[in-house]
Amino acid sequence: MNQSPQKLLQIESLVLHFKTSQGVVQAVDKVNFELDTNRAVVILGESGCGKSSLAKAMLRLLPRNVDTYTGRVYLQGKDVMAYDEEEFRQNVRWVGMSLVPQAAMNALNPVIKVGDQVAEPAMIHLGIKKDEAMVLVRRMFQHVGVPDDFINRYPFELSGGMRQRVALAMALVTSPSLIILDEPTSALDLLTQANIMNVLKRIKHELGTSFILITHDIATSSELADEVAIMYAGQIVEVGHAKDFFPAPLHPYAQMLMASVPRLRSESDPMFITGQPPSLIDLPKGCRFAARCPFRFEKCGEEPPMLGKNGRKVKCWLYA
Amino acid sequence: MNAIKNSFQNISKYPSAMMGILVVVALVALAAYAMITIPYNEAIRLWRGGEEVWYRNPKFAPPAWINYFSSKKYSESFAARTTDGGIAKEVIPGAEGTSTVSISYAFDFSSDFYPQELLIYFTSKYQEKQPFISAEWQTPDGRMIRIANLGISKKQTYRFAQDDKLKIRLKTDEVIPALFSDPETGKPLKGRYQLLITGTTFEPGSDIDVEFVFHGQVYGLAGTDQQRRDLVVPLLWGAPVALAFGLIASLGTSVLTMIIAAVGTWYGGWVDELIQRITEINLVLPFLSILIMIGTFYSRSIWVILGATILLSIFTGSIKAYRAVFMQVKESMYIEAARAYGASGIRIVFLYLIPRMIPLLIPGLVSAVPAFVFLEASLAVLGLGDPVLPTWGKIIQDANSNGALYRGYYYWILEPAVLLMITGLGFAMLGFALDRIFNPKLRDA
Repeated sequence: MNQSPQKLLQIESLVLHFKTSQGVVQAVDKVNFELDTNRAVVILGESGCGKSSLAKAMLRLLPRNVDTYTGRVYLQGKDVMAYDEEEFRQNVRWVGMSLVPQAAMNALNPVIKVGDQVAEPAMIHLGIKKDEAMVLVRRMFQHVGVPDDFINRYPFELSGGMRQRVALAMALVTSPSLIILDEPTSALDLLTQANIMNVLKRIKHELGTSFILITHDIATSSELADEVAIMYAGQIVEVGHAKDFFPAPLHPYAQMLMASVPRLRSESDPMFITGQPPSLIDLPKGCRFAARCPFRFEKCGEEPPMLGKNGRKVKCWLYA
Repeated sequence: MNAIKNSFQNISKYPSAMMGILVVVALVALAAYAMITIPYNEAIRLWRGGEEVWYRNPKFAPPAWINYFSSKKYSESFAARTTDGGIAKEVIPGAEGTSTVSISYAFDFSSDFYPQELLIYFTSKYQEKQPFISAEWQTPDGRMIRIANLGISKKQTYRFAQDDKLKIRLKTDEVIPALFSDPETGKPLKGRYQLLITGTTFEPGSDIDVEFVFHGQVYGLAGTDQQRRDLVVPLLWGAPVALAFGLIASLGTSVLTMIIAAVGTWYGGWVDELIQRITEINLVLPFLSILIMIGTFYSRSIWVILGATILLSIFTGSIKAYRAVFMQVKESMYIEAARAYGASGIRIVFLYLIPRMIPLLIPGLVSAVPAFVFLEASLAVLGLGDPVLPTWGKIIQDANSNGALYRGYYYWILEPAVLLMITGLGFAMLGFALDRIFNPKLRDA
């Protein structure tokens, strides 16, 4: 496939399977999607659907038990999957895209001062000295709203929200064009969540950064999202613009997911989806949602293709 | 880092730690004192020196302070010479270039035992004709005993106890008791003795100097060994050697073990396999036997032994213990975060894994010091000590091979043994306290 150079990120049939004693876990299975500069995409899905594995696959942060790791990842037109480990470390991680890891509050080294820690990626990748890096760190702390004097504190001296901001500053310090946020607001209270989302919006506006926001928090994510991707059982089942998606999701899973969000001043109880998502080790043939889908029909026994509809894409036979 | 600083501030709460620090500081001070007062080359010269260095000392003499613990008094050793005015010398010129040199030396003897030996070292200047001397001995009760009449060469030693003529004259083989005893009681006679030497030179410019050496029964602060060496030298110098060996071996072993364990854990795969297999093989190899083989067949230099000790101590059980902890730390979020932002493997090992282990490292390091100090001493006792350096272990070895305990020279064994025990105790007390401070499981609530 030929890639269009104006896209910031293009992912083509990315596969990441893990080996376990029970069998092969198909955590990420033939995922495609693309992202423009200065856009934010939200990847939504329930726990265990492969969201975090997708982030790891993009940054090639692989555990030891990888079974299959294939596909194409074009970052600013360059095929980064062709890089060897050292090239990838030097040219992709934190230069092209950075990550705010899941439970970012624990992602800080407890024995290093936060200022020094944020300076680390800058020193590694920009090849600058410590004092220059500290200037950058101060600027980043300003962007994310961390007081200047926190630089000399240790992570345990910071609140959860502050640690989250520090982790964000760390992701920003090398000014990558893409930041992957893996559940950035889980484990934070509502006010802090709102605060962080505002910080992200401001950064997107001021620095022109793109975001991939991985979350299961639909309400919060709708604040930031330009585009939405729904993930189910290791696959992306629907992609579309946020303004089209939120009012009217297409895929039955997306519809039920949206219906499960509790709403203010609504008499109706939030819905839930019966049954369990399929085990990623033993996946059903055909549509992976079929077993829980109320609109199931014969065709669902075959794997549905990604279907285009009014600029939206959905992986469901209903729209064929 | 803050936590470590706080931990050190906590030390003052543990009396045993303060005692330990006191002992360690005292040992370091002792080591520094040894190196300043007796520079290395001087220490080696003294330790390797024979009669020419140590002729003034008696053999096998206990330290002088045992007199404080004994009702009977032992005589202390001393020496006096004419060259520095310790012995009065008068030169009276005579006719035709001759001269008379009269030398007299008086000293108090108040011991209950006879001294080991008396010696006079003569040095004389002459061209052709030897000077001639006659020596006399005056006892406190006024008896005058003729010691010897002899012509002396440029350097000559006169030993009282080995002069056969004197033995005949005194009608006994035991010269020294005869000179010092009361003829009526047969017991040592206390009081002022005098040595009178009258010399005659036969050339202008000819001269005589003497040094009188009294080999008493006790000597100095630490006593002497079979080679008349003052034990103060090896006792003092044993401190820096023991501390250096213990600290370097302990530090080298702990730090290298930790680094190797961290590298193995982080890189995994064949690196880890290799390290683990080497460790398992090393664990069943007899450590001391290998050191003895190295000492016997290759070199007994303390540096070679130190290197071998460190190498053999790296791959031991602690590498497994460290690995177990590193395995846990490795899975922390912040390690993954570091990997994500492109920290290289080496950076992660040194900046992320190892700092987490320092609280475990410090107490272990301190507690391990005595083991290595004792190891060095044990090797010395087994005859594998450094051939050049004076060490505590070497003193024990000398004592042992000279039958010190059998012959009752307890000081010889006890002095180095006590220093070794104090060293062990000091580091152990400090190490245990540090362990309680750094190890949360042992921390007092």
